[in-house]
Amino acid sequence: MNLWLLLAVNSVTLGGLLFLLSAGFSLIFGLMRIPNLTHGSFFMLGAYLAVTLIRRGFDFWTAAVLGGLGVAVFGGLVERLLLRRLAGAELAQVLVTLGLSFMVADACLMVWTGDPIQIATPPALRGTAAVLGIGFPTYRLAISAIAVVFAAALWVLLDWTPLGAMIRAGVDDPAMARVAGIRVSRLFTIVFCLGAWLAGFAGVIGGPILSVYPGLDQEMLPLALVVVILGGSGSLVGSLVGSLVVGFLYNFGQAMFPELAYVVLFLPMLVVLVVRPQGLFGRPAA
Amino acid sequence: MTLALTRRRFLAGTALATILPIPAVAQGKPVRIGLLTVKTGPLAQGGLQMEQGITRFLKDRNSTLAGRKVELVVGDTGGNPAGAKTKTQELVERDGVDFIFGPLAAFELLAITDYVAQAKVPIFSLAAAEDMTQRRPNPYFVRASGTSAQAMHPLADYAAKELKLKRVITISEDFAFGYEQMGGFQRVFEDAGGRVVKKLWPPIVTPDYTPYLAQIGGVDAVVQGFAGSNPLKFMKQCRDAGITLPVLGGSVACDDALLKSFGDEALGIVSCSGYTADLDTPSNKRLVDGMVRDYGNIPGIYAAGLYLSGLVAEAGLEKTGGKTDDKDGLIKALRAVSLTDTPRGPFHFDHFGNVVGTAYIRRCERKDGKLVNTTIKTYPNVSQFWTYDEKWFLAQPVYSRDYPPLKS
Repeated sequence: MNLWLLLAVNSVTLGGLLFLLSAGFSLIFGLMRIPNLTHGSFFMLGAYLAVTLIRRGFDFWTAAVLGGLGVAVFGGLVERLLLRRLAGAELAQVLVTLGLSFMVADACLMVWTGDPIQIATPPALRGTAAVLGIGFPTYRLAISAIAVVFAAALWVLLDWTPLGAMIRAGVDDPAMARVAGIRVSRLFTIVFCLGAWLAGFAGVIGGPILSVYPGLDQEMLPLALVVVILGGSGSLVGSLVGSLVVGFLYNFGQAMFPELAYVVLFLPMLVVLVVRPQGLFGRPAA
Repeated sequence: MTLALTRRRFLAGTALATILPIPAVAQGKPVRIGLLTVKTGPLAQGGLQMEQGITRFLKDRNSTLAGRKVELVVGDTGGNPAGAKTKTQELVERDGVDFIFGPLAAFELLAITDYVAQAKVPIFSLAAAEDMTQRRPNPYFVRASGTSAQAMHPLADYAAKELKLKRVITISEDFAFGYEQMGGFQRVFEDAGGRVVKKLWPPIVTPDYTPYLAQIGGVDAVVQGFAGSNPLKFMKQCRDAGITLPVLGGSVACDDALLKSFGDEALGIVSCSGYTADLDTPSNKRLVDGMVRDYGNIPGIYAAGLYLSGLVAEAGLEKTGGKTDDKDGLIKALRAVSLTDTPRGPFHFDHFGNVVGTAYIRRCERKDGKLVNTTIKTYPNVSQFWTYDEKWFLAQPVYSRDYPPLKS
C-alpha cells in the first residue's frame, strides 16, 4: 500500500517538473511551430548557471530565478538571430536546434567540466514530511507545489491577460492575428524567452534531485516531447495532463514492468499519434 | 663571421656523433601511444580523467620510457562503437601507434578487439568486460584495472564474513557491466551463506530512481554498482527517500574522483576497488599529489588505470630494450610484467593478460571536512577467478542478467 502511495506522490513530483519543462516547449511549438530541440539544453544550462551563481554566494531561489533569466536571454538571442530567419522551414529548424543543442552541450563541458555536480537542497526543505503517515521527501512535495503555482500563473497569464489573448490568437491563427494588428513577431520572442526561462528554472529546481551532468539535456528532451505529443501542442491543460500522465507512466511502469519501462512510456505516445495526432487537448491542424 | 656549414665541419660533427655513446635502443622515431578517449557526451568525465592519468604519467617520466621518447596521440571516440572503430584505424594505420590505451567502455572495446588483434597492437583498456580475458580472449590485450566482478568477489566475501549480512538487494544499470558486477557479487555472497533476494536493473538513463527505491526493503543492505554520474543521483535519492540501509558499492560506485561531488549521502558506503587514493606508497603519493597539483582533484580508477597502464608499458619496453617491432615479443614482455611499487600496490598478470592484484575494501568517511574512502581491509593477489578453479569458472556461463539465477 505504502509503495503505491509513494509512487503516486513521486509521479506527481516528476509530473510537476516535466510540466515546467514542457509548458514552454508546448507554447513555442504551438505558437511558432518550432520543434525546439534545444529545450533540453535550456534545462541543463539553467542548472549549470545556477551552480555557478550558488558558488558565488547566491541562495538557491535567487539562483533559480537568475539562472532561468540567463537562459531566457540566450533563448531570445537564438530566436532573434537564428530561428527568425528559418520561419516555416521545419527541417531547417530541427537541424539548427539539434545542432545548437550539441554545441551547448560541448560548451557546458568546457566550462563546467564533465564532473557531475550536485545542487544542494535548500535547507528549509530538507528531510521528510509526513503525509498520511508516510514520510515523503519535503523537497519533492515542494516541487509539486511550485508546479501548481506556475500552472495557475500561466493559466491566468494565458486566459486573463491581453498578452495571453494575443498568444492564444497567435496559436489559433497567426495570419489572422497579424491582420488584427497583433505584433506576432514580438510575441514570438516573448514566448520563446518565457519558454526558455521556464525550462532553465525547471533545470535548477530539478537539480537537487537529478544533479547536473553532461547528457542531462538528452535525457529530459524526449520526456518533454512525449508530454507535448500526448497533451497536444500549444495547450496548457494538455501540458499539465501530459506531464502527469508521463510522471505516472514513468514511475509505475518502471516499478511494475521494469523490462518494459520504455514501452510503457512510449506506447501511449504512439497510440495517441495514430488515433489522435493533435494530442489529447490539441486542436486539429488547420 | 658567418656560420656557414662547411663540409669539413659537418663531417667532424657527424663523426663525433657516431663515437658518442648512443643508447643501443635509440631508434629514429619515438614510441607512439594512441589514446582512445571520450571528450564529449555523458562518458566525458571518465574520458577526461583517463587523459589526465596518462598525461600525468608521461610528465613524471619526462616523456621518455626505457630511453625512448614517447608521443601521445589522442583520439576522441565520441563514446560510441563506430567512433571507436574509426579512431582506432586512424591511430593504427595513419599514426602507426605502438600501443593503444583505452577505450573506456566495453561496447567500444568489443567493436575494435578483432581489428587490433589482427593489427597486433597491444591494447590497454579499462573496459571491464569479463570475456575479454576469459571466454573470448584477445592475445594482445592487457588489463591493469580488472574485470567487472573482480572487485565484487572480495566485496561479497567481506559483506558475508565481516559485515555478517544475510540478505541484500542489488541494483545496477541495465547493461553488461551491471550484470557482471552483480553476478560476481551474488556467486560469492551466496557461496558464503548470504542471499540475494532481488536484483533491480534501472536503465542507464534514469532521471528518477524512486520507482526502484520504493521496491527496496526487508533486507540488511543494498548493493549498488552504478557508474559515471549515476551513483550521485542514486545515493542522493536513496537517502532522500528515507532509506537508511547500509550501502555497498562496486569499483566505480564510490570512485575517489567522484567524492568531491558527493555530499553526506555517501557517508558509510563500503566499496571495493583495485585502486584506492589513500594507499600509502611512494608511487601512489606521487600520482595523487601530481593530480591534485595539475587538475585539482584526486585520481579515481580512470586516471589511475591509465597511469598504471603507462607503468606496464614502461616495464615492458625495458624488457625488450625499447624495441617495439617484434609485436609477439612485446606482448609477451608486457604480460610478464610484475611490479611492486605502484599506485595500486603489487600486481602481475595472468595468462589472459588480466591483472592479479590487491583489492581494497574502503569505507567512505568525512575527514577534515572532506569525504575520503578509508581502506578498512585488503585482499592481496585477487585474480579475476577469485578463489574458484579457473577451469570450473570458465565452464560456467558468463555473468549475466539472469545468471546466477535468484534462488526461489
